[in-house]
Amino acid sequence: MSRKFLSLAALMLCGIFLLTGCHGQAGMNAFEIPEEFDLSREYEITFWAKNDTNKTQTAIYEKAIADFKELYPNIKVNLRLYTDYGKIYNDVITNIATNTTPNVCITYPDHIATYLTGSNQVVPLEDLFANTRYGLGGSEVRFDSPKAEEIVPQFLEECAFGGHYYALPYMRSTEACYINKTYVEKLGYELPETLTWDFIWEVSEAAMEKDIDGNFSVNGQKVLIPFIYKSTDNMMIQMLKQQGAGYSTDDGEILLFNDTTEELLAGIAEHAANGAFSTFKISSYPANFLNAGQCIFAIDSTAGATWMGTDAPLCDISADKIVSFETEVMTIPQFDTSNPQMISQGPSVCIFNKKDPQEVMASWLFTQYLLTNQVQIAYAETEGYVPVTLKAQESAEYQDYLSRGGENDTLYYDVKIKAAELLLDNVDHTFVTPVFVGSTSLRDASGQLIENTVKSVRRGQAVDDAYIGKLYNDITSLYRLDQIGAGAGLVSSGKADLGKLPKTSVILLVSLAGVWILILLYVVIQAVKKKRNQ
Amino acid sequence: MKKITSLLLVLTLVLALAGCGSKGGKSTGDADVKSEGVMTYDEYVAAALDTEVVVETYVQAKQSWWDDKATVYTQDKDGAYFVYNMACSEADYAKLTPGTKIKVTGYKGEWSGEVEIMDATFEIEDGNYVAKAEDVTSLLGSDDLIKHQNKFVSFKGMTVEAAGKDESGNDVAYLYSWDGSGQDGDDLYFNVSLNGNTYTFTVESYLCDNTTDVYTAVKALNIGDKIDMEGFLYWYEGVNPHITSVKAAK
Repeated sequence: MSRKFLSLAALMLCGIFLLTGCHGQAGMNAFEIPEEFDLSREYEITFWAKNDTNKTQTAIYEKAIADFKELYPNIKVNLRLYTDYGKIYNDVITNIATNTTPNVCITYPDHIATYLTGSNQVVPLEDLFANTRYGLGGSEVRFDSPKAEEIVPQFLEECAFGGHYYALPYMRSTEACYINKTYVEKLGYELPETLTWDFIWEVSEAAMEKDIDGNFSVNGQKVLIPFIYKSTDNMMIQMLKQQGAGYSTDDGEILLFNDTTEELLAGIAEHAANGAFSTFKISSYPANFLNAGQCIFAIDSTAGATWMGTDAPLCDISADKIVSFETEVMTIPQFDTSNPQMISQGPSVCIFNKKDPQEVMASWLFTQYLLTNQVQIAYAETEGYVPVTLKAQESAEYQDYLSRGGENDTLYYDVKIKAAELLLDNVDHTFVTPVFVGSTSLRDASGQLIENTVKSVRRGQAVDDAYIGKLYNDITSLYRLDQIGAGAGLVSSGKADLGKLPKTSVILLVSLAGVWILILLYVVIQAVKKKRNQ
Repeated sequence: MKKITSLLLVLTLVLALAGCGSKGGKSTGDADVKSEGVMTYDEYVAAALDTEVVVETYVQAKQSWWDDKATVYTQDKDGAYFVYNMACSEADYAKLTPGTKIKVTGYKGEWSGEVEIMDATFEIEDGNYVAKAEDVTSLLGSDDLIKHQNKFVSFKGMTVEAAGKDESGNDVAYLYSWDGSGQDGDDLYFNVSLNGNTYTFTVESYLCDNTTDVYTAVKALNIGDKIDMEGFLYWYEGVNPHITSVKAAK
């Protein structure tokens, strides 16, 4: 499993974006669509893909590449697999500096904002979308490419920032609350129509009751964490959004450190103090606890649905530890049930610019291929993802798949299909956070506020005004949020103030200047000598 | 005088070797005596989760370093401590060679069964101890195995079993990533059995990447091979050793 990278990634990301800014101003010429895609040439492109440590997903990528090769025998696609967005981001940044970026890359819009600090590194796609020959649904495209209007509008808009479309959505998910309904009812509660934070906290506290032997009454075990949240950055972001509180402005002004955040942290601390709440980073995967009967409310991505429940097709715990219970899949808890709000997430695909526009065209055609029904439906069925095109969502094949939830515990695993349906039913209630240079760091910081608070109360520290004040300062410093100002990192400007050059760069530049001075000096001396000799 | 000096040197050497032999490792300095305010291994084991712990221990291997955080496998003569994301500069990380004595102050945590020290700081102290691999083969499947968690251990005479299947449906001896979804460079997973019970062992790619001998050795395994292994007794929802050496069984 991949915990080892998570904490590294969180810290490295915030540091990297500052450094890259210093390197990135040198770039490439803007991509221009060639009149004709030259099919007489051979192309070799690289595709950096992310899978959820899921063999089926790997196989789908490989099949997509093979099928695409059948259509375009002159385009060879080399697949490089990742299981972590942060690692992709890190490697892209490293490769921007050496002009060895991949051609096509699974990514998040927040990450693209950083890639854009290198000028013309990422290809704006709107002209390619609209190209009548090679664009979406274009006449020269050798497969059934979706038209722009066949992509779910909300998902497509998530890829637009700085006045351009810099990516195509590939898959979409949201978060779901996977619930041990059996234990909720055993505790004397009935699940409401819409889950609320108050309900979750109340049931979680009730579940902390122990018997005379020191076992938790509800599960008869020594271990129980009633409520575990996988992604605490999502937790904070969604809680703030639901409360109408600040997070950031569209142009990068940080609003995270506000009174609502403080109230939320105080509430979380109260429930973490007695063990009713914990997080993935502190305790482990919510699915492991849920399936062992040691968790009642597990919030994780809908793309993690195949790990959830007694009969989950994927499981990390041994069979003898799995307990039998009824799993319910619900939207994340809400503060206002009349106005539910939840995050939209999932991979998008961007194209990196190259000196050869024909190579970019090859990349564009492959990217489009990832949006065909055969790829979209197959990949969406591996997890609680939904296809990003209406064409795939409305297809008879996908509708048949949805209708067969529960037929088996593999392809038609009911928890997975319920998770996908949850998003399909709530697309209008999804949101994304603003994208700007540094938005990745702000996201990490928002989660770290919760992680630090939970750790502190578990260690007996008081979470009071003084604590929160220090926490805000520490997190601001750790994620260098004081270096992200309103407008300073605007993607649209493309000329963000990226701060001081690193020491190594300064040394390099000074050295270069020195060498040039010496060369000029040599030339001048030689010229003077020559003149004298004459 | 020369004779006396020689005798003293020989005696010192004998005593030093005897000390090493008694605890199964190589050491300089007295690795058993803890400084003031430092826990013994037993006290560390008895400490509750989420409490502050202070231990003196010896680096056995390094897993990773990034952005001033280091993850290391450490051990003293009584037990082992996995130190996760300890505050550490790059310069100090270079000093953490096998055997280096460090005083670690952090919090005891547990993640999927792996007991570790987290949010730690450390200082380098005088002393050196490299643990010899302790043979825990006979403890596999027993409740006593966890008492050796994180130690440098060995497993002898185990048989390689199928780890999964390839695209053609043939059994394979190892997988990239736990289910075969990875590529060269990712963690390697392989199964080994003893007395009818099968266990999953891992070559952790941050600890031993695809340029190491052990990574190459595991890729060369065949189902049915009898092998001896060494590694660190890591835990993830059960025993999940991070293997550092694989050789044909003696």
